[in-house]
Amino acid sequence: MAVEGGAGRELLRTMWRIRVFEERVGQLTRADEVHGLVHLSSGSEGVAAGVCGQLRADDVVYSNHRAHGHAIAKGAPLAGVMAELMGRDGGLCRGMGGSMHLVDAAHGFLGATGVVGGNVPLALGSALAGRLQGGDQVAVVFFGDGAVQGGIFAESVNLATLWGLPVILVCENNGFAEFTPRSAHTNVERVSDVVSPYGLERETVDGNDVGAVRDAFARFLAAARAGGGPALLECLTVRLRGHYEGDPQLYREALAADEWQELDPILRLQRRGLEEGWLEADAPARLEQEARDEVEDAVHAARESPFPPPGLTVELVYAP
Amino acid sequence: MTATTYLRAITSTLAEAMRADPRVLVIGEDVAEGGPWGGTAGLAEEFGADRVRDTPISEAAICGIAIGAAQSGLRPVVEIMFVDFVTLALDQLVNQAAKAHFMSGGQLRVPMVLRTQGGAGQRGGAQHSQSLEAWLTHVPGLKVVMPSTAADAAGLLASAIADDNPVVYVENKTLYFRSEDVPEPGPVPIGRAQVVRSGRDVTVVALSRLVHESLAAAEELSADGIEVEVIDPRTLVPLDLDAIVESVARTHRLVVAHEAVEHGGFGAEIVAQVQAAAFDELDAPIARVGAPFAPIPFSPPLEDAYLPGRDGVAAAVRSLV
Repeated sequence: MAVEGGAGRELLRTMWRIRVFEERVGQLTRADEVHGLVHLSSGSEGVAAGVCGQLRADDVVYSNHRAHGHAIAKGAPLAGVMAELMGRDGGLCRGMGGSMHLVDAAHGFLGATGVVGGNVPLALGSALAGRLQGGDQVAVVFFGDGAVQGGIFAESVNLATLWGLPVILVCENNGFAEFTPRSAHTNVERVSDVVSPYGLERETVDGNDVGAVRDAFARFLAAARAGGGPALLECLTVRLRGHYEGDPQLYREALAADEWQELDPILRLQRRGLEEGWLEADAPARLEQEARDEVEDAVHAARESPFPPPGLTVELVYAP
Repeated sequence: MTATTYLRAITSTLAEAMRADPRVLVIGEDVAEGGPWGGTAGLAEEFGADRVRDTPISEAAICGIAIGAAQSGLRPVVEIMFVDFVTLALDQLVNQAAKAHFMSGGQLRVPMVLRTQGGAGQRGGAQHSQSLEAWLTHVPGLKVVMPSTAADAAGLLASAIADDNPVVYVENKTLYFRSEDVPEPGPVPIGRAQVVRSGRDVTVVALSRLVHESLAAAEELSADGIEVEVIDPRTLVPLDLDAIVESVARTHRLVVAHEAVEHGGFGAEIVAQVQAAAFDELDAPIARVGAPFAPIPFSPPLEDAYLPGRDGVAAAVRSLV
């Protein structure tokens, strides 16, 4: 399926918003305005954009500790995400969750988790709820290749398949589980091979090729929506930054700049758009600048938001 | 008055909740078959496999699926067959269910019940007999209830299913077939203790099976002129401290009794809260009754000796008067 004008520009817009937002988050982390353990998805924007751009508002997304891009791609407002990372009352979660625990229920982003693999079964449960209530919603859960070696992953794949649930498991395989290459953790190179005995639909794509992500996910989404059951999409991608902001990355060589230029999902799609003629010559710079303006507005709004009232800690323990 | 058992009260409450609300479903191992004691017997026939979902032996995923289903509009009742196996689902319970409302700034709710059962006395050995409720009371965001009677089993289960928070509902396997006359069944509010026997001399706060052991001890002590008041908190979180303090203000002596290992047990929390709230009311140190700091032995005479019961409660009461 070709990526064409409107859809291509929308994908670029989403990826630029994530890229610039996270660059700014990195700066603000070093400036101690954004707090805590911060994991950036820089390099993997194509996966978030290619997947979430096709979902309906009532489809739900669960995500992992590297969640900013998924939340933004699912529709979370930049100011709300930024204020959350700053621990402000105006944050998506009123400052109670932080970077690893983003939730934006209004946009179907039911949440990130700081426990690797911990919310894979929650996506199954949400998919089950949708089906039992007569809907055709699909649930998506993003996780890294590091989650696949955990027991909860195997339990979840088994049940998703056994029950034919409308859930799509999206693995962002960036080759590193925290500080350690995949080869040191398992003999199974491809995550799509890990799940092969269960009989669900599965595919490994170049996750930096947003068109490939979009096309593969579109097939899985249509099938899941129509009652065809779960699927696993493995997206081979790149984690440009360390595991967390501040990670000295002594365990690997940095990617060469020219090598990254070839891989970068944003630059690749822009080159393609220019070649295919659906992107105007000045569009890349304009898209980037629009994203920068939006992000600066979000930073400004977040800074204006107060910290939450101290009583909120006790107030939120139980739902009324 | 209707004669029923603790287990039958649970089954019929589940059925009533499922009849009343299509969002209620039961998920767990062997639930369609009714489970080892028949707690869910007949539900699959009435409500079908979609709402009485048999699962593989995957405690973590079962619990996680229930959390996700609860976040998306259902009211699942998960069964973990033995509380010993809650260990396998603790990430789900502690990190996902308990904190979702809090960490989302109030956006998410997790209206789920986790039914499980503990207790020794059936020669199950150290991995099928534990009382692990204290761990769960340590986690903000979870509610923990422990019914000791059929009436409370029914009433607390109805309240737990209606609650918008994750509720851990801990049964005791030795109580399942206890026959009991139940007055008009109705919901029992979470967080409300019950004075099950009035007495002027010593207050005994007892959990689950130890409520019955304490009542037996009270009868024995009454023959010696010691009148014991027995309180069943029924809910551990949130604890009805007022009811306990009100009693201690009259008796000035307190024993706290449970089957769990005494060391680090929930009794320690009750003791700490009572001494902070009513130190001046106490005329004697608070006594605790619980299991020794050891796993549960299999050998029948050793298990019997290990289990806290009426003799331990009676001895603790006598030590205070």
